Amino acid sequence: MKDNNSPLTKLMQDAQLSRRGFITSASAVGITSAMGFSPFSVSAAEPKKGGILKLGMSGGNTSDTLDPTLFSDWVPLNQAYMLMNGLIEIDENNKATPELFSAWEAKPGAAEWVFTVRDGVTFHNGKKLDADDILYSINLHRGDKSKSAIKTQLAPITGLTKQGDNQILITLDGGNADLPYLLADYHLVVVPAGFTDWSHPIGTGGFIFDQYEPGVRSLFKRNPNYWKPDRAFVDAVEVLVINDPTARTNALISGQVHAINRVDFKTVDFLKRSPSLNIIRSSGGQHFTFLMDCSVAPYNSNDVRMAIKHGIDRQKILDTVLRGYGSLGNDHPIPKTDRFFNHSLEQRVYDPDKSKFYLKKAGLTDLKVELSSSDAAFAGALDAAALFQGQAQKGGIQVNIKRQPADSYWDDVWMKAPFSMGYWGGRPTADQMFSTAYQSTAKWNDTHWKDEKFDALLLQARSLLDESKRAEIYGELQSIVRDNGGAMIPLFGDYLDAASKKVGGIKPHPMFNFMGGRLAERVWLEA
Amino acid sequence: MKKRIIQRVLLGIITLWLVSVLIFIGTEMLPGDVATAILGQSATPETVAALRLQLGLDEPSVLRYLHWLAGILHGDLGHSLANGRAISDELLPRLANTLFLAGYAAVIAIPLAVGLGIASAIWRGSVFDRLANTLTLISISVPEFFVGYILVIAFAIRLTWFPSLAMVDSSSSFLDRLYVCTLPMLTLTLVVLAHMLRMTRASVTAVMSSPYIESAVLKGIPRWRIVVSHALPNALAPIINVVAFNLAYLVVGVILVEVVFVYPGIGQYMVDAVTKRDLPVVQACGLLFGGTYIFLNTTADLLAIWCNPRLRHAR
Repeated sequence: MKDNNSPLTKLMQDAQLSRRGFITSASAVGITSAMGFSPFSVSAAEPKKGGILKLGMSGGNTSDTLDPTLFSDWVPLNQAYMLMNGLIEIDENNKATPELFSAWEAKPGAAEWVFTVRDGVTFHNGKKLDADDILYSINLHRGDKSKSAIKTQLAPITGLTKQGDNQILITLDGGNADLPYLLADYHLVVVPAGFTDWSHPIGTGGFIFDQYEPGVRSLFKRNPNYWKPDRAFVDAVEVLVINDPTARTNALISGQVHAINRVDFKTVDFLKRSPSLNIIRSSGGQHFTFLMDCSVAPYNSNDVRMAIKHGIDRQKILDTVLRGYGSLGNDHPIPKTDRFFNHSLEQRVYDPDKSKFYLKKAGLTDLKVELSSSDAAFAGALDAAALFQGQAQKGGIQVNIKRQPADSYWDDVWMKAPFSMGYWGGRPTADQMFSTAYQSTAKWNDTHWKDEKFDALLLQARSLLDESKRAEIYGELQSIVRDNGGAMIPLFGDYLDAASKKVGGIKPHPMFNFMGGRLAERVWLEA
Repeated sequence: MKKRIIQRVLLGIITLWLVSVLIFIGTEMLPGDVATAILGQSATPETVAALRLQLGLDEPSVLRYLHWLAGILHGDLGHSLANGRAISDELLPRLANTLFLAGYAAVIAIPLAVGLGIASAIWRGSVFDRLANTLTLISISVPEFFVGYILVIAFAIRLTWFPSLAMVDSSSSFLDRLYVCTLPMLTLTLVVLAHMLRMTRASVTAVMSSPYIESAVLKGIPRWRIVVSHALPNALAPIINVVAFNLAYLVVGVILVEVVFVYPGIGQYMVDAVTKRDLPVVQACGLLFGGTYIFLNTTADLLAIWCNPRLRHAR
């Protein structure tokens, strides 16, 4: 179980703070809303109806609930998207596309937004969807009494009002061009106004509640009146919670489930050899970090930070710890899949001589540091720490690894130890990633790094609607974090799922495992 | 004899009370607390404080212990902190699942172990004796999750005779349950077999060297009859003890097996609760496990007293 408990806790925490401060441009909004739902890209097989889709998933617990203010882990997230719809969907190209909001438009300055509620959608109980349902569903997460995980993310919303039956006006305390991304958060699923029976949720989703045993098993049946014509093909979805990675893999190999999430990096190559299985590898924003506390010595010296950043052999760790299922990091948290990724920044490489150079510049002949690590940070973190220890030594850095207990890692070590390891799940926008962990005032600024210029630029970019100007600023922000920040980011790790070849329509998605949580309504079973 | 029995039962109750104290102290010492675990990274000092107040975590430990104890004495195990549901509602179906699996394993393992143990004693030193001993020693020497994985590879993945997951729910029929629980049952059986077998063999063998057995041998009574009707009754006390111990293990030690086979029993429930710092659930499970041990051991002692007159009187 050691592999599960704490990383799960972290994942759940991570998912809670995910997607904050989303950005899209007005032009992108125009295009996507005109397109509606993109049909499946041409694939060999046509979607078929029928069958019971069985999913074996990690990330469920006996204390799971279907109350959207309390979603905290992978299984409830996926179940929510079976029963209910979101306001906005992030598609496989990381773009905000319409769901229950069919169109939107920002007023200049991006502080006022008008959203149109989709017409012709009915709930499982036959009620027609209208603006009141959406206001109710958003307001569940707002206000003093709310205990929602995304309460703070929604705090910038100062006004939420109905304008006619089908239009909603949202006012923010400042410009935010990424508001549609913010509203794509998976906590923001829609139920009928006044609904409170979270043990039997009613939504507009592709599947209808049938059986539910938290942390064990659930069964949802197809919604015959689903409003998305090109989705929800199977007759029913059965979710089995299998947190143990070996048991999950066994269930897939022995044919008890059709698909599993979170495949172990160590066994993925073994699974790949099986002719009846597909591995779905999604590159996204998940990345692994070495965190230096910039407020304490010696990490308050940027030269020391640069010495450490040059002391790691990224490629070797990618090959060994992740078995190649990832990509190299360049000490900033923006992934290659992001539209604002800065391609002109040079990839930092292992260079012990540079480490020595920077140590000298900092007035040191050698450096002794203590790295707190645990496999709670990410699976393989201790192996990565050990590899780094050997590599850094050549540059004059003595790393002493301090093994920490996994179950209290995120409470007692993360953000507290001067040099520790961690990870971040992906964020759909650069603004969200930066404002979650790099802005001086961010609650999860886990390197205690403060940079006025960075903060000012970040704020400036948030309210801009001009794509090219934003790209310029986010490019510069990446460069600042790379060369000044307190995080060494050697690797981005892929999300790995595995499925039987019988499952049609399964594809990678940059958000997280299982096609951003919407696998159930998108795949079909080949006979 | 009555006095001995009452003494033994009282001792059991006192032990149970001590266990409850230890469980409470132990869960108090777990790192982190449930408020931060529930709220996760979105916790702010104000929301944590509010939640702690709501959950009664601000009360002193002694007071909370007394509340807890009073609740249990009234049959109220409390409510889960993580989802607010009554613990007994969740615990009982899971306890039933665990007891079903334990019972299934016991029904197979105990006769098998005692039978093989007696057979080993009868044919002491034979090939059969050595083989039984070696094989069971191997099966007890590897961790149960490993035994489980080996069985899964052989019977679920290669031969595909049994499912690798022991998923049951309220709609499963009895036969379904027997079928899906076969591999976990086999795992548990393999793990407990050696202990009981060896104890049976040792205790029968020990009795076999006593003078009255010798005279029985001289009378020309067949060896198997000597074992079954003369030696076994006198060897029963230690056998009962080891059987009780293993029965307790089947209920309490099942956690790893439940994780491997994703069986919705009480062990998995407790593991989940520990992760979430759901202390009332951990305490309830802990108390249940402690209670199982104490109950089975006390019962074993009472049975031993009953079947061995020498134990009825204090020495």
